[in-house]
Amino acid sequence: MIDKRVGSAREAVADIFDGATVMIGGFGEAGSPIELIHALIDQGAKGLTVVSNNTGTGLVGLAALLRAERVSKVICSFPKTAGSTVFPDLYRAGKIELELVPQGTLAERIRAGGAGIVAFYTPTAVGTPLAEGKESRVFNNREHVLEYGIRADFTLIKGCKADTHGNVLYHRTARNFAPMMATAATVTIVQAAEVVEAGALDPEAIVTPGIFVDRVVHVPSPALESALNEAGASYP
Amino acid sequence: MTSATANGWTRDGIAKRLAQDIPNGSYVNLGIGIPELVASHVPEGRTFIYHTENGLLGMGPSPAASESDPELINAGKRRVTMMPGAAFFDQATSFAMIRGGHLDLSVLGALQVAANGDLANWSTGADDAIPAVGGAMDLVAGVKRVFVMTTHVTKEGEPKLVQHCTYPLTGRGVVTRIYSDLAVIDVTERGFALVELAPGIAFDFVQERTGAPIITNHARK
Repeated sequence: MIDKRVGSAREAVADIFDGATVMIGGFGEAGSPIELIHALIDQGAKGLTVVSNNTGTGLVGLAALLRAERVSKVICSFPKTAGSTVFPDLYRAGKIELELVPQGTLAERIRAGGAGIVAFYTPTAVGTPLAEGKESRVFNNREHVLEYGIRADFTLIKGCKADTHGNVLYHRTARNFAPMMATAATVTIVQAAEVVEAGALDPEAIVTPGIFVDRVVHVPSPALESALNEAGASYP
Repeated sequence: MTSATANGWTRDGIAKRLAQDIPNGSYVNLGIGIPELVASHVPEGRTFIYHTENGLLGMGPSPAASESDPELINAGKRRVTMMPGAAFFDQATSFAMIRGGHLDLSVLGALQVAANGDLANWSTGADDAIPAVGGAMDLVAGVKRVFVMTTHVTKEGEPKLVQHCTYPLTGRGVVTRIYSDLAVIDVTERGFALVELAPGIAFDFVQERTGAPIITNHARK
């Protein structure tokens, strides 16, 4: 019998090690796995490389992980969302490294990493500072730059529903990077508001098949960044 | 509603003029900020399908408070709604739509546009700026037509339409057409070419506020 459920977020992130590369799902607060991130803050791993589209807002979730100075580098497309102060302060103080990647290239690098494609060529960013120092080649009379797939040690994502085999469904625009990130890590950890027995989800509707998922944590009422920030919350 | 003033088009006037050039049934990505106004000026009888790169096709307007969902947002992270026929998808699929040339039109703001179609719209390159690019470089590289919607000059009165961009580029030779408060201008192999002046605006007034020559006799396709 397969059952990928673990008892708590704390248990799910217990083996994340110092220096690990961690992909964290979410576009803004949509899809941000706040409970898993908070458990990672409690756990204490440091020197992390985080792959995520943004850098969090306020003093909770991803911003709180950065504020705790557990992250030495972010690979990111848009680190300065409105309400985001932690990352800009760390960046200006030289306390964190940034690898800025166009959003579509970021998605494709993660997809490639998960699909066993080591690198690919794209015209995105040609002629811009983000292509400087990258190998380039002309295809069909157009210049393309070489971009590398990304893999991670761990992925943390949020689903709305999962089953015991690790099949996952997402809520609306909370899906964003999660399906690719699930494929690209050695260990993929999902928090889901509802967890059901295998067989209870419609196989036609599965977005992330369970083969990509290692651990499922039931988080019945996940917090939202905007609600925590409105309440003036900070973590820990 | 008056969209024309002595100073040319208002922001809504630019949006209304631009929307006239979008064919019925187009799949359109509107950039954050001033391009979002286009959605308020869809001509009678036309339907545009809006793509937001964070993973929704068929995006609708801002929600009533009772329908607001923090996980139904646009690329500017503002809450939106979904239209009948909408679809959700992941980022790889979303950027396949962009990079694979499936979208019909991208409307973007600009810091600078050069006469050869180079666009700078993501960074002023200032030392203390936090660099952030999002999907802009993917949009300009992948979408068939890129319209820029912008004020003709900066707040300081400097031209935004220039011979060469001095800010870091978003993409090289990517802009199709520019809609400003003063004029509609094409980017052609001969540089900027006038399509139309805003009501009450003289050509010389536009040329004086433009950092490169504008040709007026360009044969339009």
